[in-house]
Amino acid sequence: MLTIATGNKAVAAAIKEIRPDVVAAYPITPQTEIVEQIAEYVTSGELDSRYIPVESEHSAMAACIGASVTGARSFTATSSHGLFYMHEMVNWAAGGRLPIVMANVNRALGPGWNVWAEHTDSLQERDTGWLQVYVSTVQEAYDATLMAFRIAEHHDVLLPVMINLDGFTLSHIMQSLETVELGDFVPPINLPYAIDTASPRGYGTLTGPNDYFRFRWDMERSMRDSVAVIRETEDEFARRFGRSYGFTEDYHCDDADVVVVSMGTIGKEAEVAVDQLRREGMKAGSMRLRWLRPFPDLDLSGRDVVVIDRDYSFGFGGVLAQSLKAKCGVDPFSVIAGLGGQEVTYDDIASFVRDRRIGEEHWFGVSD
Amino acid sequence: MTEIPKEEYILKCTSACAGCSSSLILRYVLKAAGEDTVLVIPACCTSVIQGIYPNTAMNVPIYNVAFAAAAACASGMSEAFAKAKKKTNVIVYAGDGGTVDIGIQALSGAFERNTNFLYICYDNEAYGNTGMQRSGSTPTGARTTTTPGGKMHAKKDLAGIVAAHNPPYLATACSAYPMDLFKKVKKALSIEGPKFIHVLAPCPPGWRYPSEQTIEVGKLAVKSGMWILYEREYGKVTINGPSKAAMIKPIPIEDYLSVQGRFKGITREAVDMLKSQAEKTAKHLKLEEEGIC
Ligand SMILES: Cc1ncc(C[n+]2csc(CCOP(=O)(O)OP(=O)(O)O)c2C)c(N)n1
Ligand code: SF4
Ligand SMILES: [Mg+2]
Repeated sequence: MLTIATGNKAVAAAIKEIRPDVVAAYPITPQTEIVEQIAEYVTSGELDSRYIPVESEHSAMAACIGASVTGARSFTATSSHGLFYMHEMVNWAAGGRLPIVMANVNRALGPGWNVWAEHTDSLQERDTGWLQVYVSTVQEAYDATLMAFRIAEHHDVLLPVMINLDGFTLSHIMQSLETVELGDFVPPINLPYAIDTASPRGYGTLTGPNDYFRFRWDMERSMRDSVAVIRETEDEFARRFGRSYGFTEDYHCDDADVVVVSMGTIGKEAEVAVDQLRREGMKAGSMRLRWLRPFPDLDLSGRDVVVIDRDYSFGFGGVLAQSLKAKCGVDPFSVIAGLGGQEVTYDDIASFVRDRRIGEEHWFGVSD
Repeated sequence: MTEIPKEEYILKCTSACAGCSSSLILRYVLKAAGEDTVLVIPACCTSVIQGIYPNTAMNVPIYNVAFAAAAACASGMSEAFAKAKKKTNVIVYAGDGGTVDIGIQALSGAFERNTNFLYICYDNEAYGNTGMQRSGSTPTGARTTTTPGGKMHAKKDLAGIVAAHNPPYLATACSAYPMDLFKKVKKALSIEGPKFIHVLAPCPPGWRYPSEQTIEVGKLAVKSGMWILYEREYGKVTINGPSKAAMIKPIPIEDYLSVQGRFKGITREAVDMLKSQAEKTAKHLKLEEEGIC
């Protein structure tokens, strides 16, 4: 059905389709609309889930963990300070191999209080063992949420999935949304080793170095195996519903001499910048990274790379810029832009490309 | 007399200290709860005594979770079981630190939300797992590794805090009275909603007494009125037998303190504080039982 919705409402609409057994959540700007809308669905009877209005995000993730280990499907949503408040449990969910799905509405971190978009929140969780996808449109937020459950619950994966959408620039903007009849696209959850009182087991028992190390290796292996599961899920989604995305969304990359790499809504601005630059005769392209974990193989060789980080690792650099250097062997022009919701227009992006200084770092609007 | 089942759910291979009353408590809790039970255990001595992967000394599913997270984790479990129409008992078995300190927010939330579960706090009055540091439940005057001169502050009124949430069932118990504990667990599990049992758990290395005296120390706690056994059902208080007797003719508190190394060198003022705290609690409970407050 064709409708219009905000990014937040699109996530909630996907959850209505997915029908998790348990939703536990705590409100935080700019995520609130997701949990409010789900509460509406549950109250009106449109969604038959147990809704746990927990007293904190630590408890939100703990409740999802408790539900998940019984073999139930669980979901939560958060943002920024909420994500950090649950950090301990974010690790626990992944280490416990629980296919929990969470929407994170990307937001800056205090102090000072700032509710606008930035990616530092989810990037600080990148080493926890969660799969992370970053979306850029309302439709993509909906589709990625549907796919997240199928990917997380696949027996080759059994790791939690985080869907990241930019605060306000996606969470609160209206775009058209085509909702789907899910059918059997996401099979019923079937968690191996779910709690069963007829077959008692110890979970998370004290574990010595050898077994612990082996479990971590298992997590990494599943992370690697998830690449194929993501591909297969996206292919099946495209077959059934006619939309496909991939690990990156590439725009005029094939013949490009210079490629802008970014994540989230800035990636959509970058496409407009590419159109502008092409009109000027420059062979520019845009590569919007969607899946940050598992990190895909990217072919960026032989061209200039301009990377836009809406994040920063102090004393080190932009996280994306550093990832590209390490993983793809490129030396990009690293632009730090959009922190705390700073406006970044396609004109700005076009000028990053025109004025690129390969190998350097540039803090947009402040460093010169 | 109630028959205590022969089934054992704690196998004879725990790594508990000799004379550990907390594992004794858990033994009776599980006998009362039976096999259709899941335990949720935050970081505490019980996370250690169950053994090392791939072994487990427990014969029920046991979910180990982060220190602050037990009550919230149990909430999720309880809701998931309800959704699946399963009647499985969800029991949190947590130490005093995981309850009165770091876990109190999750505990309060779970009780406020009327979660259907049983929360048992075994109270050894310190952080045992990490080597006996003070907790909010350590009594005045007790020496721990972080209160080497004796604790200056009073023990938190945990039962009072939980009672403020108006749960349908709240009780205290003590490892030295296993039959009383057994019955309370049975009763708690027959009731829908959030249930709470606060169990005093004497701990030989922490309290510094010889391990064979673990039952005796628990009895002295009750006989001296330092620990009162009672139930609060839908708000109505009943003081249980052993504590009723102790209220009429308590033994001196000093008899309880003097057998424990942790109170060695305790000041007169600290003893007086303990006495007045115990008297205040007893008076309040008596008035409540009589329906006066
Ligand atoms: C967040 C966090 N902080 C600190 C610890 C270390 N820690 C583990 S158990 C424990 C004390 C537990 O005390 P209590 O709850 O009284 O249980 P007991 O060990 O006495 O059985 C501490 C401080 C931890 N595991 N997690
Ligand atoms: S320290 Fe105390 S509570 Fe912990 S295992 Fe030993 S006796 Fe039991
Ligand atoms: Mg303790």
